[in-house]
Amino acid sequence: MSNGKKLLACPYVIWSAVFIIIPLCMVFYYGLTDKSGAFTIANIAAIATAEHAKALWLSILLSLISTVICFLLAYPLAMILCNLNVNQHSFIVLVFILPMWMNFLLRTLAWQTLLEKTGVINSILGFLHLPTLNIINTPYAIVLGMVYNFLPFMVLPLYNVLVKIDKNVINAARDLGANSIQTFFKVILPLSVPGIISGITMVFVPALTTFVISTLLGGSKILLIGNVIEQEFTQTGNWNLGSGLSIVLMLFIIINMVATAIFDKEGTGTAL
Amino acid sequence: MNKLIDLQHITKTFDSNTVLDDMNLYIRENEFLTLLGPSGCGKTTTLRIIGGFENPDSGSVIFDGQDITSLAPNKRQVNTVFQKYALFPHMDIAENIAFGLKIKNKSKSYIDDKIKYALKLVNLDGYERRMPDSLSGGQQQRIAIARAIVNEPKVLLLDEPLGALDLKLRQDMQYELIRLKNELGITFIYVTHDQEEALTMSDTIVVMNQGYIQQIGTPEDIYNEPENAFVADFIGDSNILDSIMIRDELVEILGARFACVDTGFGENTPVDVVIRPEDVELVEPEKGTIQGVVTHIIFKGVHYEMEVTANGFEWLVHSTRMFAVGTKVGIHVDPFNIQIMHKPESEDEEAVGVNE
Repeated sequence: MSNGKKLLACPYVIWSAVFIIIPLCMVFYYGLTDKSGAFTIANIAAIATAEHAKALWLSILLSLISTVICFLLAYPLAMILCNLNVNQHSFIVLVFILPMWMNFLLRTLAWQTLLEKTGVINSILGFLHLPTLNIINTPYAIVLGMVYNFLPFMVLPLYNVLVKIDKNVINAARDLGANSIQTFFKVILPLSVPGIISGITMVFVPALTTFVISTLLGGSKILLIGNVIEQEFTQTGNWNLGSGLSIVLMLFIIINMVATAIFDKEGTGTAL
Repeated sequence: MNKLIDLQHITKTFDSNTVLDDMNLYIRENEFLTLLGPSGCGKTTTLRIIGGFENPDSGSVIFDGQDITSLAPNKRQVNTVFQKYALFPHMDIAENIAFGLKIKNKSKSYIDDKIKYALKLVNLDGYERRMPDSLSGGQQQRIAIARAIVNEPKVLLLDEPLGALDLKLRQDMQYELIRLKNELGITFIYVTHDQEEALTMSDTIVVMNQGYIQQIGTPEDIYNEPENAFVADFIGDSNILDSIMIRDELVEILGARFACVDTGFGENTPVDVVIRPEDVELVEPEKGTIQGVVTHIIFKGVHYEMEVTANGFEWLVHSTRMFAVGTKVGIHVDPFNIQIMHKPESEDEEAVGVNE
């Protein structure tokens, strides 16, 4: 590579050094030392305490549930999108992308207002003399928030792989005697695996680390691992413990990424 | 031979575009039938209607005496070889070929035998464990054929299967297809826009244009006796001339009178005349029926391609004899090489005819 091109890479190298590498090193430094600066693995081992383990377990569980729900909603949607003609298609995509133009916090706050005991949904239900919905400050509300916020990140990679499947490959399956269900399970589903894997990653990772959704929709009672880490930094002021727990969380994300890399050998399922 | 497939009054419209208009066509058992025409002539739509991938707006598809017009593709006794092969990219060659048989719950030993047999038939023994994308275009196409024929269809539909291959490979595959057809003894319906392919392989050629059948016949019929200017122009090079049929066996072309063999056109009737370039004989000026001057010459290998301007018309001539540009020549045509055709009578028929 010529020197001129190397020079062009400078801003990015500086950017990643200042905002990615250095902070990452600091997380590792804090995570592996105690308050006096001496080496310790106590901060990492702290994940084993009942309170932290419970938060991590709940995070993994809710993220998994949200990912599965997103997948079940997104797959049919992506298939419908693929079969629309161009005009309908851009309209539906617009409708779908439109909420993403609004701030993430604002959207989540909106759900808080909608779900409140005296909120919009319950007012309507009450007006219709239907039983009210009491899911605010429960794990259900958190799952709802996760699904709502992360669904587009499942739809787009799925849509991307589905739209690339040659129509004649599907016709060939039909031609060879497969009915539409057999065609789906033997041809369409296997060919969309790269998109499924990216979609799962793009929903599972942010869902696992979120603390905003759980704070706003889960009240203060339900602690996810994201909340625990946030509190260590902002309230308790124990940066060492917060960093140690972050390293544990990173480990889970890396496991997920490695699994993705193994399945997605082709690299065709890149989102967006 | 009896009718295996009978298309009756098929009409198909996409948006406001009529692709097939009241089409009638039957296909006999064991026939190699080619649907030939320029893009947009409706040939692929016809094939997709037979395969079950399109439903006609009106009309019916009769297969072996039964109406299958609205039967799903997976329930039809036909298999298709698609233009871009359409192999399943996530399965190896053996799994690709076994796909249809597994759906039908055939035994493992039956399937294994069939895979071996099919790969041998297409000259690709030992390719069972290869993946489709590691094969060349020609090999993929042969696998696509193998995948279709293991299901023992009564009819094999081929949608421009050689379109993506280079010239040499295409010619080899043409002979392979003829051999396959003879070995299998099943009906082939073949779609192409390549007239040479159609002439080489077919028992019957159906020439189509703008949703209408222009002519049905053997390759010899289509080439030597085109029914209208479109067919003559589409099948090979030709000189198409506005002429007047003076009386039986005499036609006036560009003001000169030529003897011909056609009768029954009446007297002083305007007609179209087709003369193939290889049928135009260049002779000494005084021996020709009309005289002209050579204006272009190109060496084509087997013959020279020349243009001769005579009586205001550019004659296309193929000859193994060379005449230098500027040479004065006479043009002679043997009577049986002059093909007389009716002119399109109505405007409607005109629209169906030559589109230039």
